[in-house]
Amino acid sequence: MKTLKTQVLIIGGGVTGAGIARDLALRGVNCLIVEKHDINAGASGANHGLLHSGARYVSSDALSAEECRDEGRILKKMAPDCIEDTGGLFVAVAGDDETYIAEFPHLCAKSHIPVEELDVKDAREMEPALSSKTIAAFQVQDASIGPFKLSMENIHQARTLGCELLRHSQVVGFQVIKRRIVATELRNLLTQEHFMIEADQVVNACGAWAKEIAALAGCQIDLLYSKGSLLVTHSRLTRRVINRLRPSSNADILVPGGTVSILGTTSIRIENLDAIFPTVSEIDAIVGEGAAMIPDLEKIRYIRAYAGVRPLVGTASEEGGRSISRSFTLIDHEKEGLENFATITGGKLTTYRLMAEKTTDLVCARLGVTKPCVTQTEPLPTDPATRWTKPGIAPELWIKHNDPQDLLLCECEMVPKSVVNSLALSIHEQNGKPDLVSLGLRSRIGKGTCQGTFCAQRIAAYLYDIDEMTGKEGLENIRAFVSERWRGERPLLWDTSLIQAELKEALYCGFFGVEIND
Amino acid sequence: MTETLNIDCDLVIIGAGMAGMAASLFAGNRNIDTVQVGNTSEIIFASGLMDLMGVHPVGSGIIRKNPWDSIENLCRDVPDHPYAKIPPTIIHDASEELIAFLNASGLAYVRHEKQNALVLTPAGTVKPTYFVPRTMWNGVRALETKAPCLIVDIKNLKGFSARQIVASFKSFWPGLDHATISFPGPVNQGEVYLEPLARSLAVPQNRKALADELRPYLKNARFLGMPAVFGIQGAHRILSDIEKLVGIPMFEIPTMPPSIPGLRLKETFESNLSAKGIRRFFQKHVLGVQVKGKEFIVQIGDKSPETLIKTRGVVLASGRFLGKGLSADRKQIRESIFNLPVHQPDKRSAWHNYEFLDPAGHPVNRAGLETDDRFRPLDRSGKAAHEKLFAAGSILAHQDWIRQKCGSGLAIATAYAAVNAFLD
Repeated sequence: MKTLKTQVLIIGGGVTGAGIARDLALRGVNCLIVEKHDINAGASGANHGLLHSGARYVSSDALSAEECRDEGRILKKMAPDCIEDTGGLFVAVAGDDETYIAEFPHLCAKSHIPVEELDVKDAREMEPALSSKTIAAFQVQDASIGPFKLSMENIHQARTLGCELLRHSQVVGFQVIKRRIVATELRNLLTQEHFMIEADQVVNACGAWAKEIAALAGCQIDLLYSKGSLLVTHSRLTRRVINRLRPSSNADILVPGGTVSILGTTSIRIENLDAIFPTVSEIDAIVGEGAAMIPDLEKIRYIRAYAGVRPLVGTASEEGGRSISRSFTLIDHEKEGLENFATITGGKLTTYRLMAEKTTDLVCARLGVTKPCVTQTEPLPTDPATRWTKPGIAPELWIKHNDPQDLLLCECEMVPKSVVNSLALSIHEQNGKPDLVSLGLRSRIGKGTCQGTFCAQRIAAYLYDIDEMTGKEGLENIRAFVSERWRGERPLLWDTSLIQAELKEALYCGFFGVEIND
Repeated sequence: MTETLNIDCDLVIIGAGMAGMAASLFAGNRNIDTVQVGNTSEIIFASGLMDLMGVHPVGSGIIRKNPWDSIENLCRDVPDHPYAKIPPTIIHDASEELIAFLNASGLAYVRHEKQNALVLTPAGTVKPTYFVPRTMWNGVRALETKAPCLIVDIKNLKGFSARQIVASFKSFWPGLDHATISFPGPVNQGEVYLEPLARSLAVPQNRKALADELRPYLKNARFLGMPAVFGIQGAHRILSDIEKLVGIPMFEIPTMPPSIPGLRLKETFESNLSAKGIRRFFQKHVLGVQVKGKEFIVQIGDKSPETLIKTRGVVLASGRFLGKGLSADRKQIRESIFNLPVHQPDKRSAWHNYEFLDPAGHPVNRAGLETDDRFRPLDRSGKAAHEKLFAAGSILAHQDWIRQKCGSGLAIATAYAAVNAFLD
């Protein structure tokens, strides 16, 4: 069996694992990230993309509020390229709890979170989409952040400093000798080959999957799973992040992200991680409740829904687990008899850097590395390969270059051949082979109104033309791509989206017969 | 104020997709005084292939060789399917009458004797179909014989890669090869669109230039396949001409919509139906229909009513969601013009399965209008909603044309049955 060696093995290619890799690399420690699927495949890729000011948590969870406050400020300085500093509003509508509204500015002040009360009329001028039934509005320092770009850039810098990322690699077991994990066994999910990694330290950064990984090492973590579903609107509805001013509930936050807005979330306790998808009833609840704050949400077109799972450390019994702290938990497994194993889970996208810092501090202390963390002061370098995740960049460059041969393969999001070429190159650099799903993850491909109807076959055809596909891979890829898109379309198929879905099925099943061809 | 114009007729056909076009043709052939209203842009989404029945049962995922046997099995297994209301001989007569019209109009179709043909698609798959455009028939023969065959694509044409087709079939068709050409002519700078290329081949000189471009790649190929581009009118003649210059049998491969074969159908229907005396209001909408005793008053126009049509009968061939015959909000599916009851799953969560490619097909696709044996949609009490209101095509319930591969056959046969029922 092939064996790889590294100083630190990080399990999980979400934003926490990416942040730890960068932090370790900046302290001169060699590391390897292994990821079962692809970058941000779990909750790191299925959230609002919200950089919290902290105001959301002032009443229920002051610790999280203050962590968010500090980390938000740091990230705005260190990773401005990943952030759109939109600002945010908290708004209440008629019927919302007046006591909560009255306490809110005081609670913010107590946690030193800047807040400014607005005249309702001014707030509605700033954000015309707000309901006419708005009764209170406060301005805060929320922002929107691109989670995929953030993870990619952390990994990019770690790689330039000698760390590696292995995708499609699933941990299947640990070899423990004398209180130490001496080797980790993995399976490559593409080739089914098994291989080993020998590392001085092992970090479990698997988010909701942390419990399963810890169990493989004989450690127990009390973890609850809270599923949250979100909706992507067809166009951007507000300039700022809009929060509902009430105790956390469904559909409380609308976050602008480039040309769209993201509405969510629900919080539903689930028992296992097998079926993480948004349901019709969740979507109806989100639309219904969101419309109280922004009435247009009842009428507009949605292009996609998705769901992620929050790992909540604890054993609370409350439905959905909204009252459990959103702060993170770093578990040193030494007390359970494993000296070189640690788990980091819980937390939020906003606090990922702090989570990475604390974890790296522990790992470095064990390794005897004394170099301190520098990620509060060291700006995150931009990785050119991440730019295609940003809406509007591909069209801007395509128009600028004006090359008539550089055809648009995804017309909704204006992604041309040249972008596919550059994505293919970066996927090869991450030990992979470009397929439709991984191209989609790294760009706007398939994320527009047609949701892959035209671009799936067009890009498959192009990948054959540039020798990136052979045999029947095109058919397999198309099946995987349309199936992946479907999970986010299924709960919101009414009106125009249903028409689009009918066209897609007529093309891929009616004409191509992808469901009946082998 | 828009001035309204009043028209009297015997039959109004609502819809200009395959079912609406077929209904107009059948009505014209039976000398019924007919007005047709509808948007013809949907028909260019057609692939040009005309299938009767390709897959049954749907969950089997097996492509059936003999459509007539499959229809027989379907009628036994799914007695609610619209086909079960039509004797096979009538389905046969309906499709032959339509194909005869297309053949006479210069859009030639060919078929096997009682057997489906398999047509190559750009996705590297095969599609089962009954009637095949003559321009595609050599492709069916080439696939059946696995003869050495060259697939040629066009530089800067998206969604069609000869390499993709060749790679997908190479394991059992070793004689396949691919080449890429620049389509001759001035239309060669950036992205290539098929319609101007197709129109350019109406000029003999351009055909010669294309043949000159193709000939160097032939080697030992005995067939040559290309994306469907060989002209709009008289495609078969254009293709024969190029075949003579190239020297081997050639064929077209249908392309992603909007496609040239779809455009041929649209133009053929548009230019030949008026000769049958059909008055057409294409690109107009039906804004409302009033029922006055035995008559219907159909209001048509863009936004405000421009024309009022008084008629004795209506064939509703307005299609499903894409055709806007059906519409859905978050709670339910409605029929758009008469607000007829729509057979549908009881809640939205049951409309679609969790997997897009679920072999069973999505329940929403079997939603639609239920009818009596004469294709009259039922009202809420389960009786025919009106003595002379008929429904045809994909708006009908209990069928899944996408998965059963029966879209054209269903449209044609039910249009035929509806028009004949009107005459009774």
